Amino acid sequence: MTQVLLPRALDELWDFLEEDPNTAVYSGGTDLLVNLRGGRINPSRLACLERIEEIRGVRDAGAAVFIGAATTHTHLLENSLVSSEFPVLTKAIRVLASPAIRNMGTIGGNIVNASPAGDTLPPLYALDAEVEIVSRKEAKRMPVSDFIVGPGRVRLGANEIVKGVWIRKAPEFNVRHFEKVGLRKSQACAVASLAAALSLSEGGKIERARLAWGSVGPTVVRSAEVEEALLGRELEIQMLAEVARLVERAVSPIDDVRASAQYRRIVAGRLLLRLAESGCKN
Amino acid sequence: MKIDFRLNGAAIQVDCAADRRVIDLLREDLGLTGAKESCGAGECGSCAILVDGEGKLSCLMLAAQLEGREITTVEGLASEGRLHPLQEAFVEKGAVQCGFCTPGAVMASLDLLRRNPNPARAEIREGLAGNLCRCTGYQKIIDAVEAASKIMQRRERP
Ligand SMILES: Cc1cc2nc3c(=O)[nH]c(=O)nc-3n(C[C@H](O)[C@H](O)[C@H](O)COP(=O)(O)OP(=O)(O)OC[C@H]3O[C@@H](n4cnc5c(N)ncnc54)[C@H](O)[C@@H]3O)c2cc1C
Ligand code: FES
Ligand code: FES
Repeated sequence: MTQVLLPRALDELWDFLEEDPNTAVYSGGTDLLVNLRGGRINPSRLACLERIEEIRGVRDAGAAVFIGAATTHTHLLENSLVSSEFPVLTKAIRVLASPAIRNMGTIGGNIVNASPAGDTLPPLYALDAEVEIVSRKEAKRMPVSDFIVGPGRVRLGANEIVKGVWIRKAPEFNVRHFEKVGLRKSQACAVASLAAALSLSEGGKIERARLAWGSVGPTVVRSAEVEEALLGRELEIQMLAEVARLVERAVSPIDDVRASAQYRRIVAGRLLLRLAESGCKN
Repeated sequence: MKIDFRLNGAAIQVDCAADRRVIDLLREDLGLTGAKESCGAGECGSCAILVDGEGKLSCLMLAAQLEGREITTVEGLASEGRLHPLQEAFVEKGAVQCGFCTPGAVMASLDLLRRNPNPARAEIREGLAGNLCRCTGYQKIIDAVEAASKIMQRRERP
């Protein structure tokens, strides 16, 4: 039998982690319990983070918003601060798994699981989110793109956990877009996805662009070359089709059970074309 | 490990391994065989229950997590010998064939109707996105949830 601990505060958690370094933490368990049952991990004890208030919920901190790691996807979907400031994140969570998985799974779990197909990750990269990491003694922040180093691999030391993510408000972005391509409509893992935040001038020219692709590389892909190519241009289909060629070169997808690398490469580029619809509306 | 929680409206204490899956606790230890295990990995929704009113998957929860919570299974829905309006609508509309997915679909529908009492058909489809059914082709399940939402709203606003 594996012991299951239910710490109510971070101080209690640190005690548990120091008592036995082979204690694994989890929140919703929608990744961890699947891996545990599959025999891929073998911790000596489990500590469930779902009752630690300090790492749950959304907090308005003025210029930025803090989202606690143990906040569920459903909570984020229903949070009006998140949907008004970061609609690109809300759009991604709306197509993440199923309602029951969203009721259980958390943003912290999605980040630490670090799957290239993790649906919150392209929006977090596009929003330049920072991950807050805490231990008993220290709290530090780093960009999500530094925190995640490969599939399933993150910069998290012993006796550290993710406390949450910080996202700067960015009202200058007036186009916020997310699209995921999967093998079916519901509860499908991404074959390729795109999160985009753009600011268009009144004349319809792109002044700022941040784009991030999921499932087309070992980690989420951003490309300075692609973002620069968009600056000063209008959102129209011809231009986007040209830039899509650069996207095809910027991504590094693999073949797997869901799709071939070549298919992913093409879809990653074509996902850009959808932005033309936002150009028309503006 | 002793775990105290409420199950279908009554306080209960169980003594089991902390890492026992909730689906096993319910079905094997407590004899509540409404929730079904099919995939055991979060994909199918047949093991759905309500935890503090929210739909969760009992194949991905450990017994220790129940401490202090309010659990509802499909067995807890009928009252005074009468089925819940959702259950009645499933029967009425022919939304049950083999019935294996039914308890999970009913619990997922309850979660949906609590958040959105008057869902459009497309919203019902999204609400049941995590519930697989091999028999009905889903249309009749959507019919049932639609019909139940109307009846439940009428009962709440007499
Ligand atoms: C059927 C099914 C469908 C799914 N579909 C999708 C999908 O469409 N899109 C998608 O992105 N994901 C999907 N997932 C994956 C999963 O649901 C998400 O990644 C979810 O956000 C994980 O959150 P969790 O709280 O359940 O993580 P857990 O399983 O609790 O934890 C995951 C990992 O993160 C670690 N961890 C968790 N919280 C912390 C913390 N605060 N600090 C440090 N480490 C931590 C754990 O140790 C573990 O290694 C799916 C899963 C299932 C079972
Ligand atoms: S048995 Fe739990 S989701 Fe399939
Ligand atoms: S009625 Fe048979 S699986 Fe749904």
